[in-house]
Amino acid sequence: MKAFTQHEGLVVPMDRANVDTDLIIPKQFLKSIKRTGFGPNLFDELRYLDEGFPGQDCSNRPVNPDFPLNFPRYQGGSVLLARENFGCGSSREHAPWALDDHGFRAVIAPSFADIFFNNCFKNGLLPIVLPEEVVHQLFEETHGQEGYSLTIDLEQQHVRKPCGEVIPFEVDAFHKHCLLNGLDHIGLTLEHSEDIRAYEEVRREKAPWLFDAVQ
Amino acid sequence: MAGQTLYDKLWQDHLVKTSDDGSALIYIDRHLIHEVTSPQAFEGLRLAGRRPWRKDSLVATPDHNVPSESTERAAGVSGIRDDISRIQVQTLDENCRDFDVVQFGINEPGQGIVHVIGPETGATLPGMTVVCGDSHTSTHGALGALAHGIGTSEVEHVMATQCLTQKKMKNMLVRVDGELRPGVTAKDVVLAIIGKIGTAGGTGYAIEFGGEVIRNMSMEGRMTVCNMAIEGGARAGMVSVDQITLDYVKGKPYAPKGGQWDRAVEAWSHLHSDDDAEFDAVVELRGEDIEPQVSWGTSPEMVASISAKVPDPSAESDATKRTGMERALDYMGLEAGQKISDIRLDRVFIGSCTNSRIEDLRAAAEVVQGRYKADSVKQVLVVPGSQAVKAQAEQEGLHAIFEQAGFEWREPSCSMCLAMNADKLGAGEHCASTSNRNFEGRQGYGGRTHLVSPSMAAAAAIAGHFVDVREMATVRAEEEMA
Repeated sequence: MKAFTQHEGLVVPMDRANVDTDLIIPKQFLKSIKRTGFGPNLFDELRYLDEGFPGQDCSNRPVNPDFPLNFPRYQGGSVLLARENFGCGSSREHAPWALDDHGFRAVIAPSFADIFFNNCFKNGLLPIVLPEEVVHQLFEETHGQEGYSLTIDLEQQHVRKPCGEVIPFEVDAFHKHCLLNGLDHIGLTLEHSEDIRAYEEVRREKAPWLFDAVQ
Repeated sequence: MAGQTLYDKLWQDHLVKTSDDGSALIYIDRHLIHEVTSPQAFEGLRLAGRRPWRKDSLVATPDHNVPSESTERAAGVSGIRDDISRIQVQTLDENCRDFDVVQFGINEPGQGIVHVIGPETGATLPGMTVVCGDSHTSTHGALGALAHGIGTSEVEHVMATQCLTQKKMKNMLVRVDGELRPGVTAKDVVLAIIGKIGTAGGTGYAIEFGGEVIRNMSMEGRMTVCNMAIEGGARAGMVSVDQITLDYVKGKPYAPKGGQWDRAVEAWSHLHSDDDAEFDAVVELRGEDIEPQVSWGTSPEMVASISAKVPDPSAESDATKRTGMERALDYMGLEAGQKISDIRLDRVFIGSCTNSRIEDLRAAAEVVQGRYKADSVKQVLVVPGSQAVKAQAEQEGLHAIFEQAGFEWREPSCSMCLAMNADKLGAGEHCASTSNRNFEGRQGYGGRTHLVSPSMAAAAAIAGHFVDVREMATVRAEEEMA
């Protein structure tokens, strides 16, 4: 997994609550059997004026001029600023894959849906929860100042504003450790193979029906 | 010390190890696989040279992309017309073959929506931890299991290690006491719950559904309720094990048998919250207060009773909520103050992992019998949740009731719940749908979804607009009297 230590990036505002995973990446794109290539279809239904299809060349599609991702001033943005309950809905990891593929490294919001939040950490994408009033202020500043960027320091657990103000954030110790070092979660768990086997032995004794094969 | 909740017990029973940083390694008993969220996970295993830790914990079936239309379906995988859908289903076939994973193939008797076939075959059982790369895995919690959706990285993780690294969630009890009025179903109960707590109300919690109404509910009803826990923000929903659970599980093909059954029943006897268990949050509803529900907006929390009107955003004091409501009304093409019963439907969908079980189809058929769909309704799809449900419904003659009403009787699949196969809404079309999500574009680009129960969907198909299913019952009684 891609490590995340420090990142400075242009902020893109997504000023809407309850952005669901169907909005982040519509279902027709989930037919891909790859992990990459979802970027051009990130927020497809908001970003373009026509219906998108998998495999199509998006460069000729009519873009929605009112959607911030399309504004010239937000091109190259890598920090998404969002509202409450971002990522609600399905468990599709295609949502963080699409954000990552587009170039986002972090999402800041007052709250996230559980499964999406968890999926981000598996993909080197840092979801940051900040108080609602702080997020509101960041929206104001992003709207008000072209080229508004934030510097995110995971080690220090803070976001630094252009004016120098530092906003602390919380992050789970395990997730932080994995992200900072770009660790492979499976490899880490397999270090506990003996514990897993020991658990299985006891479990098999107590509840043998759980180990019966289907079919 | 306070007693334990059902979730506490399930967590405890599956705890392999706790780390210093507070994260825990949780053992997974059953892992359900479908074609959409698994290809990248299998590819990950391949690239790392790994094999499944315990392949007998895996059960796969294609459901999202498979055609519901009989002719296309009869041709099997190679007959799927959409090239990329076909590739995805073929990829599942190949992966199951390469990794020796049990699969109920596209037209095999065991096939169906993962969340329908798990409980109906006994592949998912009380006391299990169940995961799947699908957020509606919460369905299996109805059995007294700890079940939740995971992303594809975790699908790979569980395949490779049989475990998940997790933080324990908080406990929420949603208690529905009293009694439901006639015509009010499990779907109305769960929509009313989401309307009350909101789509983020359960974020960070495992929800246990309890109270008299849940206790008196069938297993199918409990599955409908747990299925939509995720729509209330909770990854996992669950119900204690009781006699209704045991009666349902007993005799299922993969349920324990003979002496094993007795041992299992004994082991499951603790699968309920202790009387003195403490919950971090408690939400209470009265069954009598719940009317048939209809969603009017683009989030499952945007629901109203059938007798109500579309709410007015200007009455909402919270600015973010108000904007959300305005946007939803704009997308849905509805006016504030419009009667819910005046919403006209273009299509009706009866199916999905929420409401495609035999009891759902019976409820719809009861409303439909001897009637015909409204001319203004272009299409009514009835999509059974599994091959077993389809066979049972046909044995009971339900398919004939639907077909005589001008409804289309289809093949088991996720179908128009998320429109990954050919079943879609056109832009601007209104659909009465028994599915679980009314997000923008969910059922087709520009489509407008209204979430309802199977009997409400059937009634809307007949009337051409939403109608209180209880009035339909009165009409029926009058017809019979005459």
